[in-house]
Amino acid sequence: MKYPNLFTQGVLLSALAASGLAHAAKPAPTLEELWTVIQKQQKQIEQLKAKATATEEKVEATGEILEQQVASNSSGNGFGIGSKTKIGGYGELHYNNLETGAGEDIKEIDLHRFVLFFGHEFNDRIRFVSEFEIEHGGVEADGSPLDGEVEVEQAYVEFDINDELSAKGGVFLLPIGIMNETHEPPTFYGVERNPVENIIIPATWWAGGASISGNFANGISADFAVHSGLKIPTTGGSAYRIRSGRQKISNADANDLAMTGRIKYTGVPGLELAGSVHYQNDISQVSGDGADEATLLEAHAIWNRGPFTAKALYASWDIDGNGIAAANGDKQDGYYVEGSYKLRSDFGIFVRYNDVDGVRTSDEFEQFDVGFNWWPHEDVVVKVDYVDRENDTDSDRDLDGFNVGIGYQF
Amino acid sequence: MTRLVSLLLILFIPVASSARGVYQEPSAFINEVFSDEPPSVKKLWLTGDRKKIATEILGHRPNSLRTRYWGKANRTAWILEEIGKEKPITVGIVVNNNRIERVKVLIFLESRGWEVRHDFFTKQFKDIQLQENKQLNKHIDGISGATLSVRALKKLSRLALYLHMQTAFSHDTP
Repeated sequence: MKYPNLFTQGVLLSALAASGLAHAAKPAPTLEELWTVIQKQQKQIEQLKAKATATEEKVEATGEILEQQVASNSSGNGFGIGSKTKIGGYGELHYNNLETGAGEDIKEIDLHRFVLFFGHEFNDRIRFVSEFEIEHGGVEADGSPLDGEVEVEQAYVEFDINDELSAKGGVFLLPIGIMNETHEPPTFYGVERNPVENIIIPATWWAGGASISGNFANGISADFAVHSGLKIPTTGGSAYRIRSGRQKISNADANDLAMTGRIKYTGVPGLELAGSVHYQNDISQVSGDGADEATLLEAHAIWNRGPFTAKALYASWDIDGNGIAAANGDKQDGYYVEGSYKLRSDFGIFVRYNDVDGVRTSDEFEQFDVGFNWWPHEDVVVKVDYVDRENDTDSDRDLDGFNVGIGYQF
Repeated sequence: MTRLVSLLLILFIPVASSARGVYQEPSAFINEVFSDEPPSVKKLWLTGDRKKIATEILGHRPNSLRTRYWGKANRTAWILEEIGKEKPITVGIVVNNNRIERVKVLIFLESRGWEVRHDFFTKQFKDIQLQENKQLNKHIDGISGATLSVRALKKLSRLALYLHMQTAFSHDTP
């Protein structure tokens, strides 16, 4: 096209005419001069277009390089997201303000747990998982002022066998109960963990050994482990107390290994049904001392629908042996039921009833908890609850008061 | 008997042979979604307001400057990743007329929370839309012990719905 079309000419002439009114002194440009200007502008537009295309290509190239760098970092050995080695953790600080039936005040602030996770991915099918925990602020040789514990609660290597099966060897958490494997503070209600999964199921309960796990498409999973067993004392103030039998994998006695199996069903969103069996041929690992073959049965259900969640758990030990029977500890059991309701996505209330029958007088009680959780961030929680405990036989061991806690996970 | 079971368990470990969790290659997902005639891939830059809103949805800055997607008519398909607890979960999401048509977990490498990859969980997302406040308009029932994986899928669904609205394939942009 040699000249612009008539319409364009008309528009230009009109514009020039209008301009001419304002600048009457200047002579109007000729059509030839206008055409020269238009051609010059057209060239500039083409140059700008080319420049824009080149800039876009450069930006695309920069984006590609950045993405490649992100991808290559993801196979690196550094720490954090995108690397093969991961760090995580959780922790909780508690304030307890309680009064016993004997009139004794318990007012404490306790850095109950400070936990770090370290994990490493050796390749797509072999990984290392660990959990390093400091409880109650730390330890000192004489127990003063630091009266806590330093523990390695998990340190295992996990192997994928195929999409459904995996196996692990090392120190791991036993597949029993609701809280033993998942106990980061933002995931449960109540400042202190429920007493059933403390006295009857001695959570956190870890052991050294090997296990195999299967996850199947119908929502059923199964776990089976052979591992170090408990070694409960048969004398002293904690005789036959389950929790005192945890060996914590510190030169642990392995005369009698234990076995744990679990079947879990999560095939309907919001529903979890699970049952575990734990067996040990001699729970004290000393033959003829009054505590022998032991079996723990545990079952629980979780039902979440919208803002409502209901949980129920029952656990029961059946232990053979004359000594433990005489101490009335051959059957130790407990259960709890909990209901919670989320008023907002960041605020929920709960109520829980617990009934515990352990071997010690202090471990036989009913307990009622009520309180709330507030999550200012999905991984940070502030908790407040009221506790009312009534001992079955000794009212001096009753307890009531409130707890406040703050917890986090990352 | 315990001794025998222990030995069997130890013998089982070296059988490990295949990688976990690649349930469908992303390219196969895209081919399936578009009946083996996928449109050319497009890229959406996460800059300005898009970056800000994507950051709000994810709870952290996006790991990428731009997101690839495929679009035809009112449908877009997205391959998105989010960390559950430690490992990225790769999810394919199809948005049709500003509603989720399908969510599928393509690659799952976490050691917990595997339930989210199954249809009984992901079918809850069908027909969900994004509200003005960038939240889903329907409650998703969680899975006990899989909180972080559930959370990751919810975030990615919100992100896919938001990004769909930023494309020319959204005919109903609010």
